[in-house]
This record gives sequence, structure tokens and C-alpha cells, in this order.
Amino acid sequence: MKRVRVLIAKEWEEVFRNRIVLFTVAFLPLLLTGLPLGILYAMREAGDLGGMSTVDMPAEFATLCGGLSGAECGQYFLVSQFMLLFMMLPLIIPATIASYSIVGEKTTRTLEPLLATPVTDLELLAGKGLAAAIPAILATWGAFLVYAIGARLLAISPAVVARLADPLWLLTVFLLGPLLALAAVSAAVMISSRVNDPRAAEQLSSLVILPLLLLFFGQISGLFLLNASLILWMAGGLVIIDGGLLAFAMQLFQRESILTRWK
Amino acid sequence: MIRTHELTRRFEETTAVDRLNLEVPAGEVFGFLGPNGAGKTTTIRMLTCLIGPSEGEAEVAGFSIRRQAPEVRRRVGILTEAPGLYDSLTAERNLAFFAALYEVEDAAGAIERYLRLLGLWERRHEPAGTFSKGMRQKLAIARALLHEPQVLFLDEPTSGLDPEAAHLVREFIHELRREGRTIFLCTHNLDEADRLCDRIGIFHQRLLALDTPAALRQRLYGRVTVFHLRSLDPVWVEMIAGLPVVRSVQTVEGKLLVSLDDPEAQNPEVVRALVAAGADIQFVGELRRSLEDVYLRLIEANSPVPA
Repeated sequence: MKRVRVLIAKEWEEVFRNRIVLFTVAFLPLLLTGLPLGILYAMREAGDLGGMSTVDMPAEFATLCGGLSGAECGQYFLVSQFMLLFMMLPLIIPATIASYSIVGEKTTRTLEPLLATPVTDLELLAGKGLAAAIPAILATWGAFLVYAIGARLLAISPAVVARLADPLWLLTVFLLGPLLALAAVSAAVMISSRVNDPRAAEQLSSLVILPLLLLFFGQISGLFLLNASLILWMAGGLVIIDGGLLAFAMQLFQRESILTRWK
Repeated sequence: MIRTHELTRRFEETTAVDRLNLEVPAGEVFGFLGPNGAGKTTTIRMLTCLIGPSEGEAEVAGFSIRRQAPEVRRRVGILTEAPGLYDSLTAERNLAFFAALYEVEDAAGAIERYLRLLGLWERRHEPAGTFSKGMRQKLAIARALLHEPQVLFLDEPTSGLDPEAAHLVREFIHELRREGRTIFLCTHNLDEADRLCDRIGIFHQRLLALDTPAALRQRLYGRVTVFHLRSLDPVWVEMIAGLPVVRSVQTVEGKLLVSLDDPEAQNPEVVRALVAAGADIQFVGELRRSLEDVYLRLIEANSPVPA
């Protein structure tokens, strides 16, 4: 465990000097927090949103708006759409950090001395994985906290604030977030173990957001609605996927092939 | 300290290391020479448990590289072909990171000791990325020594360094040798190997020769005494060749080159014979073949030399 802590500290010291990583970790949460808050603000300023009614909402969503006025439901609906975008944070941040971690060691030729130490594969992967996942989870939670406070201040009525503090959202952020981060890290480690170029690793790793974007557009187009049962299903699925990805990443991470494939 | 038995490594169809049998005792500086692609780095990687052998076995510091890799890793230090430093971290942080991974007890003390020894103490707070090639190599050597390894593997330690930096690194290896460290040195620099190594192994996929540099010269070329004479009479050549202790005689630029098995014992007899024949001997010396001659001859022949 001590070596894992040592690895995490070194990763952070090194990786946060990288401007691209720093930008991703700092800018993305700001953007994804600012966007829904900006919408909330705009909607509050717009008053009744031109007489919007629950009839304008997708049928599944309209049923969730019981007791809300048309404008309140509209605000609740639009901001709900951004919930899935929030989930991009635990996917993109670790993918960016982790894709640098192993490929970076390869390109700077530091991996060989590192692998010559008594560090085990498990310690190495745990150190690199956690170094990538922890900032992502903290950034997601931090951004959500800012969002929650902002929403409380900017929502058009207490009824909307109550809906936005829904356990569904908390479940999404605090359960799905870490599970998504773990999936992103495992995928990035797998990719990093196989490619020799950090840019290729980052580009390939960024593909992990595709399923989330499909969900986002699916929800916007009314194909389905993010609800507690769907979140729980997704969490269950992610637990299985994470287990599989982790096992696969461990299998793919072979000191020997990484060293001997160096050109 | 290092013992290999039929150590073999294949990469698909290519055999990089073929049945290597080697023994390096504690405290020896062993030179491992061979051309590019000969399998030297693969051998080091096997002995430091970075990759596994296809066949055979080796023990390093008393532990099997196959079954006790973590024990081996704790006891060896490696200077890889490229220094492999974290450029954005300071020299001190680079070392502190590795000291923590090796669980060095007095990490701060060890870091200070080696940074001072290698003349980097004053630059300890500077990022490694700002260092010159020689300084980076020295920092990498410090990293390899932090945990006081029983065996030190140095892969081309002076490669690409300017003469001054190479000299500093060689001096440091000399210092380590005086401390009695076991060092496995891969190098292309034959003069370096000749000066630093107790024994050398010439390797090209398999071990072609293994001995002290002097013994290898003798095995390949015999020992030759050079007699510088004021003038050379061809009769003397025949006379010397007829002596029972002499293996062969050559003349080169007016000098007499006499091949003998035991020059210390046999030179006086040759000197007496020449003086008796009326030759004026100006001085007598030993013809020293360079290690390069030995190396090139072995690599060209690519066949093992019997011990």
C-alpha cells in the first residue's frame, strides 16, 4: 500500500505539470457546471418561458412533473438533461491522466527502471489507476456541489430545488461517478499498455465517452428517461463491466511485452 | 553472485541469447562485450527480472530469476541504456521516488550521499530535464545505487557522453570497484572494459570467450616479447627460432618479435642467446595486443574460444 501511495504522489506531481491534463481537470468541471447554471439563470430571467406547459415535455417526463407548473417543469427537464453530461467528468479526466501514465513512462524511457524496482503489477496499476480516478471523482463531486448550491440559488421555485436534490441525482453522482471513472481508467490502462504514442492513447481513451453520449442523445430525443431504476441498472452493469475491464487490463499489462515491443 | 545455466531467450524465431553459462563472483567487475543486437540488453533484462528466460536458469545474489523475481529486484540496481528520468521532477524528487519504491530506510541520507558523491548536490532542486547528458547519466547511476544493491548492472554507462563526462562516470565505476561492488558492465568501449573489468565475456548470441583481458590476449595471440636491436642480422632470427622455448619469431621494422609461453622465465634465455651472438639490445618490452584486436577477431570468427 505504501508503494501505491508513493506512485500516486509521483503521478500527481508529474501529471499536473502537464498543461493539457491541468486544463482538462480544471476547465471541464467549470464548463459542465456553468452550463446548467447558466440555463437555470436564463430561465429564471425569462419568467414563465412563454407559457410553457407540461404538454411540451416528453410524456415520460411530464409524469415526473406532478405538482410543478409548466415553467418549473421546463426548468427541471432542461437541467435534467445535463445530468448525463455531468457524467462525462469521471470518464474524460481519468482517461486523459491514465493515457499519459503508462505511455508517458514508455516514451520517456522511465518504465524500465520503474519495472526493475520491487513494485508489483498490482501496485503499479493501482497506483496509476487511483492517481487518475481520484482527481476525476473529486472534480465530479466538487462540480456537483457547486451546481447544487447554484441551483438552489437560481431555481425559479423551491419546488424545482426539491426536485433537483432528488436522490436519483445523488445516486448518479456518488455511485455512477466512481464506477464510470473506474471503467475509464481500466480502458485507458489497457490502451496505454498497447500503444506507443500518448496522443493515440488519449484519442483512443476518449472513445469511452461514446456510450454516454448515446445515452444523452437518447434521452434528449425521448427514447428513454433517466430514472432511478435505469441508474441502478446502469450501476449494476458497470460493476460487471468494471470487473471485466480490470481483469482484462491486468492481463494486458505484461511487463515483458511492454518492454520488448519498444522500438 | 551471478550464475547462469543454459540461459536462453527466444523472440519468436530469433534466438537472442543462446545457452549462456556464466559465473560472476562477488566483488568482480565483469565486462559483457558484443556488437549491437548481440543480446546483451536481453541478458541484463533477464538477470534483472524484467523479462523471463525461454529456457535455462540463473541465480542473482542467491535468488532464482524464475522463482524469486521480487527478491532479485530488491538486490540489484540497473542503469538502463537510456537514463529514464522524470524530467519535470527535481533530481532529489527523482531519487526520493525510487528510494521509496525500494523502501530505503534512510532515504534522505542515501540521496544526499550519492548526490554529493556524483557532484549533483548543489543542483538537487533543479528539474532533471534541465540537466546535461552527463549529469543525467550520473543521476541515473545514483538512482541505481540508492538501495545499496548487491549487484549493479550498467548498460552502456558512457554511451553518448562527451569525453569529460565519460571520464567522470568511469572514475565513479572505479570508485565502486574499490568498494568491492559486483558490477555487470555492458559496453561497446573496449578500452573502458580493458581498464575497468576484472574479466570480460565476449558475446554474440552465445558466449564466445570468457576470461581476463590479459588471458584472452594470450589465448588468442600468445605472449610476444619485442627486442629492439641496434641492427638486425637475419642469422639471429634463425638462431632464436631454434631455441626450444621459442614458439615463433617475426621481424617487424627491424624489431624481433618472439612468441613465448612464459616470457618472465624465458626472456633471459633469449637475451643471453642474442648477446652471445653479438646483438646490441637497446631495450626489451612486451607486445600488448589491444582488446579491440581480440574482440574483432572473436566476433569475426563468431565461434567460441576453448578455455
